[in-house]
Amino acid sequence: MQDRQALLATLQNKASFCRRETIRLIAIAKSGHYGSVFSAAELFALLYYHVLRYDPTRPDWPDRDRFILSKGHAAVGLYPLLADVGFFDPALLDTYTRLGSPFGDHPDMRLIPGIDFSSGSLGHGLSVGVGMALAARVTGRSYRVYVLMGDGELDEGQVWEAAMSAAHYRLGNLVAIVDRNQVCVDGLTADVMDPEPVADKWAAFGWRVQEVDGHDLDTLLDRFAALPDPASAQPTVLIAHTVAGKPVSFMEHRFEWHLGYLAPEDQARALAELDEQVGGEP
Amino acid sequence: MTQSFPGQHAGQVLHPDTWDLPTSTRLAPYLNWGRVLADLATEHPEIVVLTADLKQANRLTDFAQVHPDRFFDLGIAEKNMVSAAAGMAAAGLLPYAATYASFIGLLCAEQIRTDVCYPRLPVRILAHHAGIAMGFYGSSHHATEDLAILRSFAEMTVFGTVDPYLTEAALRASVHYPGPIYFRLGRGREKPVYDHPPADFAFGRAITMREGHDAAILATGLPLQAALEAAETLTAEDGLSVRVIDLHTVKPLDVEAVLAAASTGVVLTVEEHNILGGLGSAVAEVLAEAGARCRFRRHGIRDEYALIGPPLALYAHYGLDGPGIARALRDLL
Repeated sequence: MQDRQALLATLQNKASFCRRETIRLIAIAKSGHYGSVFSAAELFALLYYHVLRYDPTRPDWPDRDRFILSKGHAAVGLYPLLADVGFFDPALLDTYTRLGSPFGDHPDMRLIPGIDFSSGSLGHGLSVGVGMALAARVTGRSYRVYVLMGDGELDEGQVWEAAMSAAHYRLGNLVAIVDRNQVCVDGLTADVMDPEPVADKWAAFGWRVQEVDGHDLDTLLDRFAALPDPASAQPTVLIAHTVAGKPVSFMEHRFEWHLGYLAPEDQARALAELDEQVGGEP
Repeated sequence: MTQSFPGQHAGQVLHPDTWDLPTSTRLAPYLNWGRVLADLATEHPEIVVLTADLKQANRLTDFAQVHPDRFFDLGIAEKNMVSAAAGMAAAGLLPYAATYASFIGLLCAEQIRTDVCYPRLPVRILAHHAGIAMGFYGSSHHATEDLAILRSFAEMTVFGTVDPYLTEAALRASVHYPGPIYFRLGRGREKPVYDHPPADFAFGRAITMREGHDAAILATGLPLQAALEAAETLTAEDGLSVRVIDLHTVKPLDVEAVLAAASTGVVLTVEEHNILGGLGSAVAEVLAEAGARCRFRRHGIRDEYALIGPPLALYAHYGLDGPGIARALRDLL
């Protein structure tokens, strides 16, 4: 249990690191998706510091697990973690969004070691994941493919084409994660285009459905540990109930912070709240 | 020039306008890509083939029967097919994704741009029944804009075929070719103009079908056959020496062949495509930037949606048959 507590503390610290770095990098660009990163920060930390099988010295290792950030607009939160685990020099992050930088608002697989697929156009990632999962079968490899989607992204019809094909081809090596933060650009998903009943839709498409608190690392650890074998015959979707903007009080659940820029004094407030959060965690 | 093709069924006659698909595809011996890919895949384990509920119409059953574990029917979900092919390519496979040109070159344009071209993945798009080959199926099933769209995607190679021999040469060349390729394919009943796969085929290198010094016809795809017929007519009836070039690769364009054609003083481009943005536009760009001095005309569909009609009637109506192309060149002279 001691080990698990230490792991949880590490993961919580890495989630906090992801949020702080996001604030730092968006200050360079003066525009970015804070809310979408903050809702997924625990998921990012868990994936890159515990779940995914990869080797930062060999980003093209054929047997690595794949991670597709289908909600590509959260890339600003992923870049610092990729640097931190050793894919590239963290100093490169200082070029974020500046002319000729490898790092844009949406990730480019040709420019950034550790990015498994370029993304940004919503609705494509799960299809790409289906292709990678089928490729694992063709090449006899045992990797898993994880695809992180936004809940607004579920409006895209192609998601459901992909969902149907994943069940049809019995892709037990495919794991979709829906960041159910309830916020899209124009407002709350319930008001703009209500995706509910989300779990029932995935189940009806033939998926194994798990609902989980996307900030509860303790439970998330168990859910990922209990994933079926990649050779099994049903894809899994984790519907991660999250809070956009968490844990910054003035950003939480506010669609206005899907995309924005924190003025310097607000950055200080946000960072202070992040300190409190980490300090208050067990 | 040959009149027969391996696999043609002796004694079976297919009316050129027949659209009884189960019968016509059985009788369409030139839909050879399934067979060629099956052959290539035997020595290249990375080759996989995808289609979208059209394996009968495009005869990819020929591939599926030989390599069932490397054939994927994605159903009537073309966008998913293209993005999945991109995922396969990112994982080290060499995917060939096939369906009607209207449903892949147009419907999936953004998936091709964002998931295939932008990451420069070696996905091969097999866009068959291109142009107005679908005849009376109507404009929803025609693709007279795909060259313009695909040509504007950075990293994309755009190829069009006239017959199964050229298709085979291009497919074989595609195995070790970098980046994505768009194959603009016909409907598989074309009379071949080659009698074997051109041995020195290379993407981006035009093929001179006929030498000539009074005028040059630059064609891509199916109308090349009619262009050759027109050149013969013009020689016989008008005493003209007409060069005919198979400009099979619209991008990258063989600039040298285009400028050499301009030296005849008369250049006619022919394509089964809107004259806006396709082969004619590509050639015009080269001629204008080089300051070439020649008479020039783009021959094709003149910025309209095609009438309803059987394919051969449509080709005649739009002057994309031998007499029509001969007429266009006479007008230009």
